[in-house]
Amino acid sequence: MNGSHVIERSDFDALLGALLRRGYTIVGPTVRDRAIVYDEIESSAELPVGWTDEQDAGHYRLRRRDDRALFGYAVGPHSWKQYQLPAEVKLWQARVDEHGALSEVTEPSRQSPRYAFLGARSCELHALGILDRVLLGGAHPDPADRARTDDVFVIAVQCGEAGGTCFCVSMNTGPVAERGFDLALTEVLDGERHQFVVEVGSEQGAEVLSEVPHAAAADSDREAAAAVHARTASQMGRELDGSGIKELLYRNYDNARWDEVAERCLTCGNCTMVCPTCFCTSVEDVTDLQGEHVERHQRWDSCFTIDYSGIHGGAVRASPKARYRQWMTHKLATWHDQFGSSGCVGCGRCITWCPVGIDLTEEARAIRDSEGDRDEGA
Amino acid sequence: MKGLDELIADAAVFAGLDTRWLELIASCARNEHVSAGEYLFYEGQPADRFFLIRRGRATLEVHAPGLGPKVIETFEEGEVVGWSWLFKPYRWQFDARANSPTSVVAFDAACLRGKCEADHELGYQLMQRFASAMLERLQATRLQLLDVYGHDRISV
Amino acid sequence: MAMIGSVSEARLDGPGPMVPEPFGVVAKHQDTVDTWTLTLEARSGDPLEFAPGQFTMLSAGGAGEVPISISGDPGRPELLVHTVRAVGLATRAICDAEPGRVLGVRGPFGTPWPVDEIEGEDVIVAAGGIGLAPLRPVLLELLARLDRLGRIVLLYGGRSPDQLLYPDELAELAARGLEVLITVDSAGPEWLGHVGVVTQLVGRAAFDPTRVIAMACGPEVMMRFTVAALANRGVPIDRIYASMERNMQCGIGHCGHCQLGPTLVCRDGPVYRWSELQPWLAIREL
Repeated sequence: MNGSHVIERSDFDALLGALLRRGYTIVGPTVRDRAIVYDEIESSAELPVGWTDEQDAGHYRLRRRDDRALFGYAVGPHSWKQYQLPAEVKLWQARVDEHGALSEVTEPSRQSPRYAFLGARSCELHALGILDRVLLGGAHPDPADRARTDDVFVIAVQCGEAGGTCFCVSMNTGPVAERGFDLALTEVLDGERHQFVVEVGSEQGAEVLSEVPHAAAADSDREAAAAVHARTASQMGRELDGSGIKELLYRNYDNARWDEVAERCLTCGNCTMVCPTCFCTSVEDVTDLQGEHVERHQRWDSCFTIDYSGIHGGAVRASPKARYRQWMTHKLATWHDQFGSSGCVGCGRCITWCPVGIDLTEEARAIRDSEGDRDEGA
Repeated sequence: MKGLDELIADAAVFAGLDTRWLELIASCARNEHVSAGEYLFYEGQPADRFFLIRRGRATLEVHAPGLGPKVIETFEEGEVVGWSWLFKPYRWQFDARANSPTSVVAFDAACLRGKCEADHELGYQLMQRFASAMLERLQATRLQLLDVYGHDRISV
Repeated sequence: MAMIGSVSEARLDGPGPMVPEPFGVVAKHQDTVDTWTLTLEARSGDPLEFAPGQFTMLSAGGAGEVPISISGDPGRPELLVHTVRAVGLATRAICDAEPGRVLGVRGPFGTPWPVDEIEGEDVIVAAGGIGLAPLRPVLLELLARLDRLGRIVLLYGGRSPDQLLYPDELAELAARGLEVLITVDSAGPEWLGHVGVVTQLVGRAAFDPTRVIAMACGPEVMMRFTVAALANRGVPIDRIYASMERNMQCGIGHCGHCQLGPTLVCRDGPVYRWSELQPWLAIREL
């Protein structure tokens, strides 16, 4: 662990102050509606101090901790995706004349608030990179997408405990963030001690840190941080064997397991909404009654909707089985061929927020095991 | 100038048949010419002849009041029109018409059925070949039935 | 802050790829009861260079956007030609546009037909219904290099004689030496041609299955059966190409809708080599 400095808990708000003075809008975790979500905050008092979460398949509860940790929980239903790819975006607006010609085509300002993401976890940093590659790595990147997160200041937090549905270790996306941040904090809470071991990830990070009271990190500080990381890594709630998973799923489009999971799946699409890498959108033109003004909007969509795959009068994937299979094979398999990496970062949100508790690590295991059974039965 | 048995051998449905069968079959056949628009047979008539198209084209049609004749499929050079001669009640189910000046080899159905009764090996060979031709037609008909162009969409 | 694995090189200036370019309708021709061919010119005067098989995202002032194959002559990119069938809101609005109206165009997008690969071989172009529209640029480009090609066969199937596209051009193709075989699903007695399906035409065409490239476009069922008939005649499936269709919302690989297994039709297609496509088409409801 390359922690270079230590910040006392009592100086934490100085860090936020330094960001606010530079004009950043800080977005961080906060408790709302009995969940920990991301919203704009300005002080540490707004963080989920002393809270933790209890997560399992189809289960999420907040519980009080017996300490005052600022980051003693895993991830909630929100992800940073909503800043990278907002749920509703106006792409452009225009006047339409009597010939149907568009004039005064205006794209919304590409100025967005200068965000500082406070509390981004390792899995989330990987998700930001994956989504970045989808939106900007192709032949037609949209400058509006680039502008949205061009200037984000990232304060990563190294997870102090793993969530019940976490499996970042399996996906090689955590629990320790190694890059993609300006500052990374490890919260060390031990009796009297409440500190943050800081790793600097960029020049901007160093500049901000210089405005916050801090001390040089000693070896014992670094060891304390390393111990936190190791503890988290050992606590993963779930596991996914990713070896050859693309080929495994490519071989198993006809596996009976899909019919089995289809009997449980409601095709509600919760998983696609909470997943930090699901990026599907639909596009809609909206006109006023006189037809003089038109706007084109882009909205989050989900491959679970019945008309998502609609062509000439029918959906290609009409059955729930086909839609669940599409989502899971895309996330774990075809994403590799489409975008050069896995689409899954092991955050576990899809497992937690599925109303019927479908667990894709369990589904992947079942499919893998069924091949073993096949071979044995042969 | 080809003999009838040689002409018959050109047809896909008779291809590869032994010469003695071809001669037997040819003994039930003769060359004919049909003008454009002339009917080869009508729905309901006894299926006492069937035809190999040598040159030209024949249509298979249905006539409905108010709709006029509707062409269901066509038969090209080298193809045989008519199968109802093979099966009771030996009656045509559709109209068949030449839509251009057409040369055919016309086969006497009763003659050929008699030869098949007398020589089951010939009967088996013909059944096999006609079954294969009917299968091909069935596949095509199924595709036509799907009306695939009825629902396609503009696009890539 | 650069993201992990990010590739943020998008330029910050210029209109985004979701903003349409204005194109004026300069000519309009009705092909069938529900199909029109529109000729468009960019308001800016710039030609739209494209390769046969590519498509644009076409829209008529606020009624929605649809992917439409380009049907024009690649050698005359100053004219953008689209043949459109009116089946929904967006296409009806496009088909209603008269000369003088302005449509929105984004593109061209997509992987084109492998016309450049063809040297000295026979060529089979197999079209079903409106599938002839994305193949028309291929035919025009082939006509421009007849001396460098073997035999060219056009197999074309339609629903009925009045549903056939570009009838005058078909006659001209035959006059220029192409073998043009046409069939319809059903017809009245005034139709003197073949009645049946394209698969039946495959058996009657003259070509060398060991030296041929085949390009097929039409309803998926028609393409599958036609390819089977070609394979039956000995054409290797890695020499057969097909143009696929899926739901498209953006055309630029962002919206996710057009996924076909491990590919995005707007980017890795719409033209695919059949040998790569076949294992995926075998999966029901892929």
